[in-house]
Amino acid sequence: MRIVVDFDVCQSNAVCMGIAPDIFEVRDDGFLYILQENPPESARAKVEEAVRSCPTQAISIEEG
Amino acid sequence: MSRGLGRIVVVGASLAGARAADTLRREGFEGGITLIGAEPHPPYQRPPLSKQYLEGTWGRERLELKPSPAASGGAEAELMLGTTAVGLDVRERRVRVSGSGGDGEVSFDGLVIATGCHLRTLPGAAGLEGVFTLRTVDDCERLRAILELGPRVAVIGAGFIGSEVAATCRKRGLDVTVIEALPVPLAGALGQEMGGVLAAVHRDHGTDLRLGVGVEGFVGDGRVGGVRLADGSVVEADLVVVGVGVAPTTGWLEGSGLALDNGVLCDAACFVKAEAGGARLDFVVAAGDVARWHNRLFEEDMRVEHWTNAVEQGEAAARNLLRGSQEAEDFSPPTYFWSDQYDVKIQYVGRARPGDRMELAEGSIEERRFVAAYLRHDRVVAALAMNRPARIVAWQQRVAARAPWEPAAP
Repeated sequence: MRIVVDFDVCQSNAVCMGIAPDIFEVRDDGFLYILQENPPESARAKVEEAVRSCPTQAISIEEG
Repeated sequence: MSRGLGRIVVVGASLAGARAADTLRREGFEGGITLIGAEPHPPYQRPPLSKQYLEGTWGRERLELKPSPAASGGAEAELMLGTTAVGLDVRERRVRVSGSGGDGEVSFDGLVIATGCHLRTLPGAAGLEGVFTLRTVDDCERLRAILELGPRVAVIGAGFIGSEVAATCRKRGLDVTVIEALPVPLAGALGQEMGGVLAAVHRDHGTDLRLGVGVEGFVGDGRVGGVRLADGSVVEADLVVVGVGVAPTTGWLEGSGLALDNGVLCDAACFVKAEAGGARLDFVVAAGDVARWHNRLFEEDMRVEHWTNAVEQGEAAARNLLRGSQEAEDFSPPTYFWSDQYDVKIQYVGRARPGDRMELAEGSIEERRFVAAYLRHDRVVAALAMNRPARIVAWQQRVAARAPWEPAAP
């Protein structure tokens, strides 16, 4: 799975970071960074929760 | 399902209801799901209605709720839109509805109550052209069409919606006056000092802020010309947006036997309580703005009118409904909300009460880049971050852990 973030709509609310801090990090510059673009399958539940919980719906998962 | 719930009805087709329906499917529920919504639209995103969608920078496609199988109807969930729940018979397990398809009844084995809130109004506003409220996408589109005409705007109420609408109108270059009965904006939610910071933010962006003054009535006959304040002054305006808060939509539950008190009263796992004796009903849960549940993290009955809670509680209540009250897990989140106003991002975790102490924890209030901590008995019960999105998760963890206050916290 590959994590895709639409940075045009991301507002750095940091909800994803609260759910999966090893994958998503909002840094001091105020921007979101993806720490693991291709996380292991074991992280899927957390990533899907982050997708559902993003207030701006900026996160999606691409398979393959 | 093991509990023998054949059909689950979700009343309220906004965020909490949609997330509940989605969760039922994700957890393997194979029975029927009916999602009943008063609006004619499938579930959609409300936060942009006071911000990007009102401003015109986001198109309608950004309001689509995704991923949400239930929101698209079909095999996942039957959508009954344009349909208002008007009554509940707990004994017979039926919801009475009224809507475009006529009046009727919908039977259920399990029920999710997610009817949210409705707007409070002001006397004298009805029938006066140019006076608006903002809750639905239809409200937003009507309002946006008027903003195109370049009106002088008055906003009544400096709560989250009123403040965001004011900020959006200023971004569009309109003259804006905000009228607030309290001495500072959001004093109840954020406290006096932080409310003062937000007042300064409004003024720095050219918004005329009238604080500590009530509204006497509207000026104008047929069409609004202004707002008359309690001090006798008049704020001239072509457009008035009333943002004086919301109330939980529980009218349809009057007489049903459910306990109602500023919302639908629930236990710690979101199961609703009966009026007499307070016994919980293990086949009815509530979620979102309408639910007043016992949050064990704060040992407080609370009702939260924010986006993240609608998602989290919708999911938690649905899971617990499938599990039954014996297997249910308490819903005890630290709670979170954000608000974007002008160039300021506010993020807030936890739950402060009047009387809690506030301390500057990080950064500088003057630079509007800081974290303020709210303390009770020297433990962190809430934190507000302004323009510090990188730090909110660390403070969320402190709130969740009821961490002791450390003045030099990193």
